[in-house]
Amino acid sequence: MPKITIDKDKCKGCLLCVSVCPQGAIVINEELNLRGIKPVKFKSEGKCVGCALCALICPDCCIEVYK
Amino acid sequence: MDKIYSHPQSLRDVSTHYCPGCGHGLAHRLIAEVVDELKIRERVIAVAPVGCAVIAYDYWDFDCSEAAHGRALAVATAIKRVRPQNIVFTYQGDGDLAAIGTNETIHAANRGENLTVFFINNAVYGMTGGQMAPTTLLNQKTSTTPSGRCAQSQGYPLKISEMLALLPGVKYIERVSLGSAPDIIKAKKAIKKALVNQMEGVGFSLVEMLSPCPTYWGLSPKESLDWIQNTMAKEFPLGVIK
Repeated sequence: MPKITIDKDKCKGCLLCVSVCPQGAIVINEELNLRGIKPVKFKSEGKCVGCALCALICPDCCIEVYK
Repeated sequence: MDKIYSHPQSLRDVSTHYCPGCGHGLAHRLIAEVVDELKIRERVIAVAPVGCAVIAYDYWDFDCSEAAHGRALAVATAIKRVRPQNIVFTYQGDGDLAAIGTNETIHAANRGENLTVFFINNAVYGMTGGQMAPTTLLNQKTSTTPSGRCAQSQGYPLKISEMLALLPGVKYIERVSLGSAPDIIKAKKAIKKALVNQMEGVGFSLVEMLSPCPTYWGLSPKESLDWIQNTMAKEFPLGVIK
């Protein structure tokens, strides 16, 4: 099952990954990270298709994709 | 399970100082990925600009030099002439390349130096507080043009890529965008071509990247990408210019 990992402390919460994910598999994490902002988190392994659009558009290189 | 997308080796695993949604992080990563793919990490020397990307050398894990404001191409010329076996590229913003460094840019291009230039065009001065840049669009609001850029008093957006394309020493110029996922894939191809040109001795190559600056455009990161596609790309048309 495809999945992604997100480095939550590098994430700046720009939400570009959320805007490009065709499956809605990335959501805002309500827990603050070390920067004091709300990063994103991976919602469920069932939805992800491993298209890697999120990793492609992430300006901070926080996302790794497994398929 | 295989890892199909991971951090490029040529990019240090550190958090950058860029604002959320800034295009510099994307451009850094694309260049690092291409350097890895071409296996030139031991040969490449980058010249960082003055501007938001002034400490790019802290993020790339290959040799870098810093240059005085606007002088990246003069420094790169010296490095390439002394060490022709190295792959030398400059990474410059619109303030560095198209304002204070216009002189160096035009003459390095006119000499046909075998260099690669990555030109980040975000239509604003990011580091100093969002002032008007030469590439600022007409009617675009910045901190020094609060009611929008007016052609009568501030002139027109400077199209440096089209200007340089007139010079016989220039071999390849392409304008790409970082405004959407398909455009980012095209941008990576252009970056690769510009570096391969240098390896093959083709000559002066420049890739202009339309890059988002959500902070000083006053937009969200997503709105900034839309603004590039819907507004900026109309003033600065994408594609191979030469």
